[in-house]
Amino acid sequence: MYLRDVQRILKAEVLCGEDLLDREVVAGFGCDLISDSLFFATPGTLLLTGLTHLQVIRAAELMEFCGVVFVRGKRPAESVIDVARQKRMPLLLTRYLMFDSCGLLYQAGLRGCRAGEQR
Amino acid sequence: MSEELVLEFQVRGLDFAAVGEASGGIKRALQQVGMEASVVRRAAVCAFEVETNIVIHATRGVVRARISPERVVVEAEDEGPGIPDLELAMQEGYSTAPAYIREMGFGAGMGFANMKRCSDHMEVWSEVGKGTRVRLLIEVGKP
Repeated sequence: MYLRDVQRILKAEVLCGEDLLDREVVAGFGCDLISDSLFFATPGTLLLTGLTHLQVIRAAELMEFCGVVFVRGKRPAESVIDVARQKRMPLLLTRYLMFDSCGLLYQAGLRGCRAGEQR
Repeated sequence: MSEELVLEFQVRGLDFAAVGEASGGIKRALQQVGMEASVVRRAAVCAFEVETNIVIHATRGVVRARISPERVVVEAEDEGPGIPDLELAMQEGYSTAPAYIREMGFGAGMGFANMKRCSDHMEVWSEVGKGTRVRLLIEVGKP
């Protein structure tokens, strides 16, 4: 699955990274805890979260996630989007809730990170 | 004895906007010296967690990385309240972070668990009322 598919499935608005939608999504991970995203997620993961602050972008960059989807219509500040643009981290925004967003992507074939696969 | 590259970053308490600067700097340096990807990722997670702990709990501190071909050592030293019960602090899910910090997605009590998982050896020293020191060893070439 590619980010372009995620955008279509979640009817998402692209906040930045229009030119990066051909990135492959290796796995999906949904959470509102930064440490958990560091613990479980692997490079190439798509992070789905309701957190919209700058540290989410920093963590996503550090872990080499393929992109971030903000669920429940949560919109980050312009300053956060600007940093993501500089870091080339695509940001999508969907009105679907976390459960529905994950469910729709799973139904379309995307799978979660396998916990403990990598340390 | 092989040459060691030492990087040091100052971290200020409650400076959430700066979270990721020290760990990002360490990650970039490791990539520049051609360190293997799994070591880079593990060291980056360790650095992110110690950096975040200083921002959440301490007044100020230092995050340091000692890089050599055989190992990466991530060290953190802070001036802060210290940890009264280290055993309790090591338990997954235990946290003393206030509610407003948890609402930011931090302080879920997973920091030490992440450090332990991503390092080959972890040491923590703490003195109540003074501060905390953490040393995390990541060996190169170890799966």
